Amino acid sequence: MTSVHDYLEEFDDIPGTRVYTTKRARQGYWLNQFAMSLMVEENRTRWKADEKKYLEDWPMSAEQKQAVLDRDYNRLLDLGGNIYFLAKIFSTDGLSFVHAVSTMTGMSVTEYQDMMMNGGRSPVGVRSIKEGN
Amino acid sequence: MARLTAAIGSSHVPLLGVGIDQGKMDDPYFKPIYDGYNWTKEWISSPENKPDVVFLVYNDHASAFDMNLIPTFAIGCADEFAPADEGWGPRPVPNVQNDADLAWHIAQSLILDEFDMTIINKMDVDHGLTVPLSLMFGQPDKWPCKIIPFAVNVVTYPPPSGNRCYQLGKALRRAINSYEEKDLKVQVWGTGGMSHQLQGPRAGLINAEWDQQFMDDLTRDHDRLISIPHIEYLRETGSEGIEMVMWLIMAGALGKNPRELHRHYHVPASNTAVGHIVLEPAN
Repeated sequence: MTSVHDYLEEFDDIPGTRVYTTKRARQGYWLNQFAMSLMVEENRTRWKADEKKYLEDWPMSAEQKQAVLDRDYNRLLDLGGNIYFLAKIFSTDGLSFVHAVSTMTGMSVTEYQDMMMNGGRSPVGVRSIKEGN
Repeated sequence: MARLTAAIGSSHVPLLGVGIDQGKMDDPYFKPIYDGYNWTKEWISSPENKPDVVFLVYNDHASAFDMNLIPTFAIGCADEFAPADEGWGPRPVPNVQNDADLAWHIAQSLILDEFDMTIINKMDVDHGLTVPLSLMFGQPDKWPCKIIPFAVNVVTYPPPSGNRCYQLGKALRRAINSYEEKDLKVQVWGTGGMSHQLQGPRAGLINAEWDQQFMDDLTRDHDRLISIPHIEYLRETGSEGIEMVMWLIMAGALGKNPRELHRHYHVPASNTAVGHIVLEPAN
């Protein structure tokens, strides 16, 4: 049988990647549920009218709330956000997946789009931190 | 009797639904993607190939399931399912009509075969399910066959192992074969993938070589495919490449040595490598 510890340990060895583990799911429960609430038109209207006020209703950490207001998606991943839930936030902002995802890479949208049009990011060198391959 | 006649693997990138819904089929960005589905659209529209029922394996992307419920395997058993509002209104596509009698038969058979299912009656179906339908059937007023939605958790880790998906596929085949109430041609579709990563500084990862080898081995080497651990999907195909375990339910249902009828591969659609394959069981 697979050891949970061994299984999880390997995830931290992948460069630039936050695997959505149960630990993150627990930490990000309210953050993700807040994001999910933006699936409803009426909520989107309230959210757009006053983001800070909307967040008052959700028992999220101060850090999570700030990262949402900053649209700092890498930080949100660290604080337990899942990309499919966070997508509700950037979709409400009118951003495409490509646009929002590019903000996590340190590249401009155009640079990121060019990379995708040229076959995407190669796995070479970003498979493992330890192995450097 | 019901029988498995064919299987289809396909990515389900949401942008491909947008392209169809907004009439961008001939746009230079989209055309090479959609052209790779023309063969299948023609093949599936001929009477001998048209399925009566599609067993459609997909994953929900925080649409029907939020963080309150995370079923590993969920089978839709109601008569009808509507397209989900994923934040910008539901896609303008027909509701999905289920063959609920077959769906309940499969649910029972899988449970008796020790694959414990979550049964869903009320659920909206998101792009994971509706985009492959649009790719294969275009824009009809109603879908030309019944569809059994089968949702797999590939969002919260751990998702099911590749081997578990494959064994479930084998049990699904036994369930289909044991349905005696009606003569039905059934297809199993495995959707999602191929390589893509939507998050973090490594986002945009694509591994065409790995993806093509995966499609090669759908006809050649199931033993290799079912032994691929999650960590390999993550390292080689990006954090969302794990969706490919859903193709292994399709592979398990097909059994060994299926015949490849058609293949298509294109990079990119949005952040993702598009893969598509049509397979026929050996027996």
